[in-house]
Amino acid sequence: MPELPALPSILELVFLAVALLTAVGALVVVLSPNLFHSALGLAATFFGVAAVYITAEAEFVGVSQVLVYVGAISTLIAFAIMLTRGMMYGTTSQRNRQSGTAAMIAALMFVVLTALMNAIPWPKAGEPITDGEAIIARLGSMFVNEYVVPFVLLALLLLVALAGAIVLARDRK
Amino acid sequence: MLSQYGFILILSGIAMIIPVAAITIGHLLGPRRPDPIKNATYESGVETIGDTWVQFRAQYYLIALIFLIFDVEVIFLYPIAIAYQNLSLFSVMAAVTFVLILLLGLFLEWRKGALEWK
Amino acid sequence: MMTWSDILTDVQMRLGAPPELEPLARAIAYFIGAFMLVNGALVLALILIWVTRKVVSRIQDRIGPNRIGPYGLFQTVADVLKLLSKEDIRPDNADQIAYVLAPILSVFPVLMTLAVITFAPGFVGVDLNIGVLYLVALGSIGIMAALMAGWSSNNKYALLAGFRVVAQLLAYEIPMVLAMLAPVMLAGTMRTQEIARAQALYLGPINLGLGWFVFLLPGAFIIYFISALAEAEQTPFDLLEAESELIAGFHIEYSGMKFAMFFLAQFLNAFFLGAIAVMLFLGSWQGPFADQIPLLGPFYFLVKTFLVYGAIQWVRGTFPRLRIDQMMSFAWKVLVPLVLSLILAQMIIMKLPIPTWIGYLLILVANIGVVALMLRLMTRYLKQESVGTKRSFTPKSLIGTMAPVNQVGD
Repeated sequence: MPELPALPSILELVFLAVALLTAVGALVVVLSPNLFHSALGLAATFFGVAAVYITAEAEFVGVSQVLVYVGAISTLIAFAIMLTRGMMYGTTSQRNRQSGTAAMIAALMFVVLTALMNAIPWPKAGEPITDGEAIIARLGSMFVNEYVVPFVLLALLLLVALAGAIVLARDRK
Repeated sequence: MLSQYGFILILSGIAMIIPVAAITIGHLLGPRRPDPIKNATYESGVETIGDTWVQFRAQYYLIALIFLIFDVEVIFLYPIAIAYQNLSLFSVMAAVTFVLILLLGLFLEWRKGALEWK
Repeated sequence: MMTWSDILTDVQMRLGAPPELEPLARAIAYFIGAFMLVNGALVLALILIWVTRKVVSRIQDRIGPNRIGPYGLFQTVADVLKLLSKEDIRPDNADQIAYVLAPILSVFPVLMTLAVITFAPGFVGVDLNIGVLYLVALGSIGIMAALMAGWSSNNKYALLAGFRVVAQLLAYEIPMVLAMLAPVMLAGTMRTQEIARAQALYLGPINLGLGWFVFLLPGAFIIYFISALAEAEQTPFDLLEAESELIAGFHIEYSGMKFAMFFLAQFLNAFFLGAIAVMLFLGSWQGPFADQIPLLGPFYFLVKTFLVYGAIQWVRGTFPRLRIDQMMSFAWKVLVPLVLSLILAQMIIMKLPIPTWIGYLLILVANIGVVALMLRLMTRYLKQESVGTKRSFTPKSLIGTMAPVNQVGD
């Protein structure tokens, strides 16, 4: 009897579905003539990425992805789109004079990324992580022990972003 | 542990199907008499004049931006809170500095009037 | 379902299924569990709507629904049947995809919170090790749904209302999330079951079950309660759907079952935010003898959650609405600084080299200080508001004005 190929495990099936969702969302972002649909597609893509994180057992990152990207950044982008009146007046055109160059660069980028992904020695999947709690506790302690300098720099970066928001407010007036 | 998310996946499937089913049943059961006046947009009984375009004030964008910044702060505070019992004094000071810098940022926003009028 | 899904899988195994199908058995167990949870939530929604209408109507000195079924219990069923039979109106130029997706996306995160709610000592959907953060993330999905609903209706007023709802939700999400950080820091975990177990009070070997976090963190509880009121769009924060204002907010153009979905999402959201308050602050299923008698756990939980829900409706019937600018400045200028200083105080106190019970006492003091400060700020602000509305002259007689008789020119 010929050897049947191994059935994909449930994890692989789920990953496939999630990756499909992400890809479809990304395609909607790029190809949709309606700007708001693009924003919605972006939110769907963010969701898909969060699900990919979760299948990779990086649950904390997945949940923060939903919290920050789907919650805050999608609304921010939607608001930014609404600030431009173009959305209200129907559709935007898909092509412009640089379509040819863009297509070539996209194809080249695809080739480079694929080559890169093949060249990286990805570690094999180990045993499933059992003690998830300790991981987050370790993450927290790493924030303030090993990586304390980037951590405080992050706070300063957020402060700068807040200052930038003030500048934005003043310009509008 | 990953099987826990299997439960979440199944729950999300059910949580999606139930409203879709409810809306579909409502769609099938209701009468269907499309009428140009019924389908027109609602404006307190008056005909709409002009395109649907609303003056979008920049305050909305600002609020979303400030929310984003504090959201990122929250993301970092949660793991620190969990690891808090076993942290050394130095780490605690780093965490306190983090919160203080953001409190300063909020205060700055307040003084410059970015939190006004909404 | 951690324990009983294992039991179910066991049963399926014993019924003779081969061991490779174990994931399938587990999936079926999960499906049954999730299905029961969701159905329970839907039935709960019917009860909740009845409770709301009765409580609010009694506060407003009227009887409320009492015709259909004993004490009007079947009123909600009748309403659902009515909404089912409404015509499915699609407005012109409405963005069809977003228009239909918005109510679905509004119900979705609310039903997803069921996964981490701890009803009883062994009984939780999944004890995620990021339980609390999961709840927070679900809140932010609802924001997108509101935005979609407002935009897709192609209606100026719906759009405007949609913006305001999103601004309100964003503003109050931060104090809510930070207030939820306080018990997480105290318990040292994000798992909802662990937080429930951390609220036990041991007197020797007996668990009195009264070590609720609200006794240590009343300030965080109050801040959470206020922010949850705003997130659930209940009075005093329901400007967006005040029956007498802006018609019906961002769901002007929705009718029939789609409207019912928004309605359902709102009620369930209010209930589950109350359930989260119970889980984090009011001791979840903890109570005297909860460990010994298994049924007492979920009983305590439900009683406490219904009390909180009743309190939310009580506030709804009692307080007047806030204007949107009052609402936003209250969030950013009062709640966020207060909760941040609370967290700061808690961080510092927890690391002082003092015995634990003094630490707890200091945290309690800090919380009460925060509450007092909040009340002072609120009264000061209210005084400013009433200064602005003083009369500029005193009329000679009150005939023709709307003032009550014994109030002359204050």
